[in-house]
Formats: sequence, structure tokens, C-alpha cells
Amino acid sequence: MVRLVGMAVGLLFVFVLSWAALAPREAAEPDPIKLLHKHPREVSFPHSGPFGTFDRAQLQRGFAVYKQVCSACHGLYHIHFRNLEQIGFSEAEVKAIAAEYEVPTIDPNTGEATTRPAIPSDKWPRPFPNETAARAANNNAYPPDLSLIIKARKDGEAYVYSLLTGYGEEPPAGFEVPEGLNYNPYFHSVNIAMVQPLMDDQIEYADGTRATVDQMAKDVTAFLRWAAEPELERRRRAGIATLAFLAILTVLAWLTYRRVWAGVQH
Amino acid sequence: MSFPWAEQYEPKHPLMKWIDSRLPLPRLVFNAVGAGYPVPRNINIWYNFGVLAGVALMIQIITGVVLAMHYSAHVSTAFNSIEHIMRDVNSGWLIRYLHMNGASFFFIVVYVHIFRGLYYGSYKAPREVVWMLGVVILLLMMATAFMGYVLPWGQMSFWGAQVITSLFSAIPLVGEPIRQWLVGGFAPDNATITRFFSLHYILPFVILGVVILKIWALHIPGSTNPTGVDVKGPQDTLPFHPYFTAKDFVGLCVYLLAFAAVVFFLPNSLGHPDNYIPANPLSTPAHIVPEWYLLPFYAILRAFTVDLFFIQAKLWGVIAMFSSILLLLFLPWLDSSKVRSNAYRPLYRIFFWILVVDVLILGYIGAMPAEEPYVRIGQIATMYYFAHFLIILPVVSAIEKPLPLPNSIAEAVLAKAKPVLAPASAPAGAVQPAE
Repeated sequence: MVRLVGMAVGLLFVFVLSWAALAPREAAEPDPIKLLHKHPREVSFPHSGPFGTFDRAQLQRGFAVYKQVCSACHGLYHIHFRNLEQIGFSEAEVKAIAAEYEVPTIDPNTGEATTRPAIPSDKWPRPFPNETAARAANNNAYPPDLSLIIKARKDGEAYVYSLLTGYGEEPPAGFEVPEGLNYNPYFHSVNIAMVQPLMDDQIEYADGTRATVDQMAKDVTAFLRWAAEPELERRRRAGIATLAFLAILTVLAWLTYRRVWAGVQH
Repeated sequence: MSFPWAEQYEPKHPLMKWIDSRLPLPRLVFNAVGAGYPVPRNINIWYNFGVLAGVALMIQIITGVVLAMHYSAHVSTAFNSIEHIMRDVNSGWLIRYLHMNGASFFFIVVYVHIFRGLYYGSYKAPREVVWMLGVVILLLMMATAFMGYVLPWGQMSFWGAQVITSLFSAIPLVGEPIRQWLVGGFAPDNATITRFFSLHYILPFVILGVVILKIWALHIPGSTNPTGVDVKGPQDTLPFHPYFTAKDFVGLCVYLLAFAAVVFFLPNSLGHPDNYIPANPLSTPAHIVPEWYLLPFYAILRAFTVDLFFIQAKLWGVIAMFSSILLLLFLPWLDSSKVRSNAYRPLYRIFFWILVVDVLILGYIGAMPAEEPYVRIGQIATMYYFAHFLIILPVVSAIEKPLPLPNSIAEAVLAKAKPVLAPASAPAGAVQPAE
């Protein structure tokens, strides 16, 4: 009985699916945007690979790029000022960086809304009070928060690096870039609202490195990797220790198994 | 208690004697996973995955309980509380990556376990209930995993919840009210996140309960084995402890090695980047995909593209998706072959491997956009999936001529092991095997 009902149900599904599979369908038109879209370019860092560690100098340079360029529009919401000690700033330096920013607070005497200089335990202040304000200031585009951007985009670092260095290409003849947008073949729609953010020698690095577009794009990408995965180095160190421990345990377990099963046919 | 030659529990220490006579818990453990549980001596490494699934469940429960201490189930704080766990909670990143990847590894292990059951005919009499409880566990796991994926309230969380709950709206007349009742509103919102959190916390314990029932049911006939022939006497078995505790421990170590490699070095490789973008009801992702372990079923859902017999394509897809799992409940009766193991079923064995490839294809199609040629490949693969279980299996099991079976497990083992050694295997007190 089960087999008969099953057979009937099976034939029904097969019939419906063959109908669907044989049904003619319109030939899909190739998406012109997809043809223009480019795959991110490879980029490598000192922290690439399973055992890599961050280059603190690079992270600090990247932080300088973020602070002087990106932070005008992009937040870093999940980063506290205190986290900057992890990329090699001293406690005093972190305090000084925080003090450059004003954060909202309540006046303890009057209860009125006011502001005070930020302290290391504060989060990175948001560049705009809300999404509406951000869109109003940016031609209706919403600059995404950058604290997770490396994890939130396919190909992570390669994508961000390619996007930052992907300006300046001429769109193919006949391709109209809409008003207020910019051509960048690494962006999903190839038309991005952000204008080219990095120019050669736009900022001055404290360590004397020359601030080319490529150098700045690399540095800020490395910094954003740290912002997205501040636990990266600890995670890898713990991983090596765990794998070493488990490898030894596996050998011991195997030897135990051989001993227990010695002379037993199976 | 499975076989008459199973060793009896005799507490040696006075304390154990005292406990056992008041609460026979030591006896229970001894009979469940100790020397009192005889197991076919020839079971291979694929029989390790049941134990691994149990370990995976415990890892999920322990890490999940800790995560719940720091998680905040509210639309405005859920996403940020995950980042708080990742950045500010001591070792929070480790707990969360263990839980996140633990779900994936749980499914890997369970899928291997299921295909092992299919290959060796573990679903056949007298183990039908063991198999059916397994199908119940699979369904509960899918529900739990889906709701867990919603909790971080990222883009894929929100839109996954939107897509999956909207499946219920395909039911005629009552579909839309059911969907709104499940979601707690017109679209996923705070009511959804709080109920999913509540259910995501309780369902693993329901799974644990069904696992206990399953182990209970398993201990009556005991495990199958690669030959598929019944255990006939003490010469066919070895006590669970120390033989299979030692063997399973090796498998567990290898499993943990693979798990640790992913958790520590590729923690986000099995997830979707969009889930690191906070949920935004106004912005639909380009491709909404479920977690990888649900992709084959997602492909089946999407394979139905035409309205037929007054049933909408969407409803066909929903019916087919649920049928694809529920039909497994009837497997013991769809397969009429008396031979359990595919080692002795030359014809069905071929179809078994086609099914393995077919499910892998379905998983691949599930991840692809709904474009040609993926849609058509998905339709053909779905067709095979249903045809395999509902048409091919019953027919093959009726016409197939199986290979000759060994008379016993012991005989099969002896035939394989050329240098004949005296088996030092029987538990103390039992008769020595006479081979």
C-alpha cells in the first residue's frame, strides 16, 4: 500500500517537474552591468595566510587614512577609542585622540542635552545623527558603517582595496553614468555614489611613507580588517595551540585504539 | 538490554553498590555505553557519526547557553549584542564561532550519518522506529538552525525569515493568517525575534529528548553492521567499552581537529557575508540564500515553476520540500528488499551513489541564482530525488538479485582477516567464541 501510494506521488512529482523542465522559457538577456563588473584584484598583507600577524605601523597608517578621509562620512560604530591601544597607540595617545571628538551627554546640573570631549571608553562617534541626515548630506546615498565592512562583503579585503583603487577608468562608449554617480567597475552596479576618495599625497603619513593611492588603499584596508576582526591574532595563536594539542591527542588515541584492539578480528 | 550474553553490571566499589541499589544510574550507563552493551565487531568508521552527532549537539547546547547570557533579543540591539560578544565578552568570539560553525558541523555529521543509514539499510526492520526518530530529529534540527540564523538580525537573518515564513502563505485560504500568526505581524519584527529566541533555546532540549528515545530504541536490536546480517551469537560482538569507546575516541579527535581548523582559521567560510550587515526591511539582498545545509531543500522548493492542476507553483514547491523529508519516514516500507547492506545489493548500490551526487547537485543549485541553466538542472535533480525514493527504490528492491550473504558476522570477519588469531574478545564470564 505504502509502495503504491508512494509510486503515485512519485509519478505526480515527476510529471509536474517534467512539465516545468520542458516548458519553454524566454532566453535570458545578458545583463549589461554584469559584463562591465570586474572581479576584485588580489591583494596580500602581512596578516594574510593562516599564520600572518598585523603590521602595527600599517594599521596606524590605515587609521590615519580613515580618520582624515573616510570618517567624514563613514562610521566605525563597533570600535571604542580604547580599542586603538591594540594597534600600538599608548594610553595617553588614545586619550588625546578621543579628546578631539565631542560626544553628546546630559549636563549634570541642568539636565539639558549638551556635549563633552570623548574619553577612551566611548564608541567612535557617528558622522551623522541618523540615516536621514546622512542621506541628506550625501545626495541620497547612505555611507555604510565600516567596522564590519571586510566581513560584510564578498572577497572582503580584495573588494575594498579594488573599490578604492578602481576609480578613473573610462566607462565604455555608449554607457551613460547617471548624474551624481561615479563609474567604478568593482562596485556591484558599477555606478557608485562615493566620489573618488583617495588622491596621491592627500595626507601626510607620520612615518614618512609616501601616501600614494595604492599605499593608502592598502593601509586603510588592513586597518578595516583589524576593525572587523580585532581578535584575529589571538584567534590564530589559540588555533595553533588547539590544533597542536588535538594532534597529540589524536596520536595517543590512535595508539590506545591499536592497543585495545590488538589481536581482535574485526 | 540487547543480547543475552551481555555482561551484567556488578558494582565492585561499596559506594557504587550503595548508589546502584538506590538509583540504578551506574547500571544504566554500563548497559548503554559500557561493557554491558554488545556491538557488532565489524562496524566501520561510518558508524562513528552517531556518537559525533551527540557530541555536536552537546557543543551547541553548551555554547548556546553561554551566548544566551550575553545576547539581547530585540530588533534594536540584537545585531549589536552579537558584536559585543565578538569584541568585548571574554573569549566571546570563540564561543560564538564555535556555535556558528558547530551548527554546520552538526549538519555535516548528521548528513553522513543519514547516508550511512541509507547505504547499510539501517532503516529496515527491526529498526524502523530508530530511523523515524532520526527523521524527527532532522526536522527539529532544521527548525532550530533556521531560527538560530535569524537571531543575529543581519540581512540574511531578516530576509531568510521573510522567505521561509512566507512559504506558509502558499497554503490556500488559511495561509496568510498562519504566516502572520507565526511571524507575529505582517513582516518579521520584534515579535519574531523574541519568539524565535525562545524556541531556539527550548528546541535543542526537545532534540536531546528525542535523541534519548532514539538511543533507547537502538539498544533493543543494537547497531546494524556493514554486512547487514543479524548478530547471531557472542562471537559476532564486542563490548562497547573498551572497544568502541577507544575507536570512537579516535574519530572524535579527528572530528575536533577539522572543527578547530575551521573555527580558528576559516570561521566565516561557511556563512554569508550579508549577515554582517544589519537587517534592513527596505533593502532586499540581490540573492537570498539559506545556510548551506538547507540548500538542497531550497533547490527543491524553487524547482517548481509552473502552476498545474489548479495548484500554484509556490504551493507545489512547498509541498515538495516538506515531502522530500517526510518521505524518509516511509523508507522502511518503500524498500522491500530483505537484504540490508548495499555491499550485497549490486543494483541498488549504483542508485545510492547517483542519489549522493544528486543531493550534492541540488545543494549547488540551491546556492545559484534562479537563472538558466540552473533552474532546469535543479528540476531534473529534483525529479531524480523523488523518483529515487518513490519509484526506483521500490522497483529495484523487487527485481534485484542480491549477492550471497555471509552466514554470520564472525564468518565475514574471518574471511577478511587472513592471519587467523585467537579472538581475545569475549567479555569475562561469557562463553568463548567457537570459530
